[in-house]
Amino acid sequence: MNFQKKYIMSHISKGMRLDGRKIDEHRKIHIEINPIEQAEGSAKVKIGDTVVIVGVKMGVGEPFPDRLNEGVLMVNTEFSPLASPEFELGPPREKAIELARIVDRGIRESKCIDNEKLCITEGEKVWMVMIDVQPISHDGNLIDAAGIAAIAALMSARMPKFDGNKVVYEKTDQKLPMTHDMPVPVTCAIMEGKLLVDPDLEEEEAMEGRLTITTTADGKICAVQKGSVGSFAMETIEEAIELSIKKGKEIRELIKKSL
Amino acid sequence: MERSDGRKNDELRPVKMKVGILKHADGSAMVSIGKTIAVAAAYGPRELNPRHMQESDRAILQCNYTMAPFSTNERVRPGPSRRSVEISKVTREALEPALFLKDFPRTTIDVYIVILQANAGTRTAGINAASLALADAGIQMRDLVTSIAAGKVNGHCALDLTGEEEEVTECDLPIAYMPRENKFTLMQMDGHITKDDMKHVIKLAVKGCETLYEHQKKALLEKWSKEGFE
Amino acid sequence: MNENVMEKSEFDKELEKMEIEEKEKALKNEESHETRERKVVLPGGRIVESIEYLPGRNCFRDGNSIYSKRLGVVYYRGRVIDVVPLSGKYMPEIDDMVIGTVEEVQYSGWIVNINSPYKAFMPLSGVRGFIDPARTDISKIYGIGDLIYAKVMDVTPMKDIKISMKDPSTRKFENGRMVRISPVKVPRVIGKQGSMITMIKDKTGCRISVGQNGVIWIQGEKENLAARVIMEIEENSQISGLTDHISKLLDGSK
Repeated sequence: MNFQKKYIMSHISKGMRLDGRKIDEHRKIHIEINPIEQAEGSAKVKIGDTVVIVGVKMGVGEPFPDRLNEGVLMVNTEFSPLASPEFELGPPREKAIELARIVDRGIRESKCIDNEKLCITEGEKVWMVMIDVQPISHDGNLIDAAGIAAIAALMSARMPKFDGNKVVYEKTDQKLPMTHDMPVPVTCAIMEGKLLVDPDLEEEEAMEGRLTITTTADGKICAVQKGSVGSFAMETIEEAIELSIKKGKEIRELIKKSL
Repeated sequence: MERSDGRKNDELRPVKMKVGILKHADGSAMVSIGKTIAVAAAYGPRELNPRHMQESDRAILQCNYTMAPFSTNERVRPGPSRRSVEISKVTREALEPALFLKDFPRTTIDVYIVILQANAGTRTAGINAASLALADAGIQMRDLVTSIAAGKVNGHCALDLTGEEEEVTECDLPIAYMPRENKFTLMQMDGHITKDDMKHVIKLAVKGCETLYEHQKKALLEKWSKEGFE
Repeated sequence: MNENVMEKSEFDKELEKMEIEEKEKALKNEESHETRERKVVLPGGRIVESIEYLPGRNCFRDGNSIYSKRLGVVYYRGRVIDVVPLSGKYMPEIDDMVIGTVEEVQYSGWIVNINSPYKAFMPLSGVRGFIDPARTDISKIYGIGDLIYAKVMDVTPMKDIKISMKDPSTRKFENGRMVRISPVKVPRVIGKQGSMITMIKDKTGCRISVGQNGVIWIQGEKENLAARVIMEIEENSQISGLTDHISKLLDGSK
């Protein structure tokens, strides 16, 4: 095992984190709404030194054949080497794709966007909501930063106009049809059986496994993802669920304040 | 002449520059000119793989320019396009003449530019940011590289076109310029104008670059000047 | 050195010869860094417009003036101007002590990451004692992930770096923790004649080894305090009275 990993593990077994945080404590979260004015919606989220910008763009297109009266939701992410020396140029690899799908799952399964209200003409034209996640700085836990930014961007978005033929990119006052529930992912690293909320980069490199649980305001769970190599027991899941619900509530308040 | 945003012909849009904004890059900067926002990261000199790309007596410079999908009105499909490949190339060719590459054989210096919001002048904003990122990283340079575009709108030569002006301009002429030596390292032109107009437009762009040079120096000193004392 | 090579006149050739002699003299007087001015300069920034001075480290002459090649602070050593960089990578020099991580075990030695654009190679011959690779699994001596304190033995023009652990002060680190700082800050962590690092060692009861490459190993009672204080030096290296400031921090956490 490498030298630094040994050092981190020796502290974790005493319940200590290198940066002085408690094991159920997030780093400082900062949410900025609308940093990208030209996008329909956008948010920049900082968790410690991790920075993610999410932009929401809208377009009009054909619905999916099995959901003819619903809008289309798409989440994409590109890991630019800007954000970390680990990232390489090229199409999204597995980590990037996984992140996009976790964020997507949280939004889709919670039904926080009222998709039927995005229908313009059934079977022909619907609004497409395109969420793009752009990590700017990777210092651990991109998933939570992305998930929080995505929700903040959606809630602050304003729809453009549609003139019957094409989209006119002038912001209206009309918000996206949202149910006001906010799916919030909470990610924990698993180390020596302990759950560390919001792992930073060093902890991610040393962790045995990772658990992301996305919850909604009513305390229900709408997405779960175990990541990284490693295994855990039932108690760990139960603990993670409680943590995610609790932390999710705190973060939801933060998002509301920033809107 | 009244421009749509009230600027004079030789006036830049509002400029903001910040150095050292990314934790893990060796050097980084954010430059916004009007609504256009560019972020650049520089890494290196660092090990270059594959080995056959190494130059035995110097470092190589690699540049990549990308637009965030949400940066434009119509969403941009992620991934390289012919346009972004060309811009990456001319960006590299704009920065390389300023670097002392011989001091670091067999290595690479990598520059990544991401455009977060686009309203014309993205490649020039990117070059300004990249130049700052390289300086921030401690890379050896003969000068900073500045960059801006100028054109001819409504019969008048105008500096730093907006997106709206770009649609009606008779020419779009971006340059990159090393102010100390008065040398150009990038010049491109789209349009159809007389040679006198072209010279006039270039001179206007140079003026813009000289102003941007002061902004760049200020941004670097803002981050670093506490390290020295008078 | 000067990449803008133009037609050289006799005068220029004489000047160059003088420059080389003066530089060699000045380099021998490394200790006497006369600080006439601690101005921050930018790449391409003019330092002086005068032929009286000679370009030393990280500067170049163009015409009558001397310019900086990079972001740094100007120091005068007699007539030689140096720019001491404020940022940038570690460039190994012979006799440097460095702390590195073993990355690869090969048949004839180890490849070590020394936090530099160049990886270092430690041959079998660079290790204390005799090793027969045919009989010994050399990864048992130093394996992947091991942290070692080694000396730079050779740097070729193509920047092949050879390190060795023959020097008695070299060793492998077992416990403790590692901190990475910008290599340009190492002199501040060490202090004049080691004064700063000695103070930190005394007040934290820690063993500390500092690599010129910006990697630092700490082991002892108050590892975290020592680490915090070292990072504070990196963050605020320029303040006057740094030693007192650090001393107070160390005392404050008894």
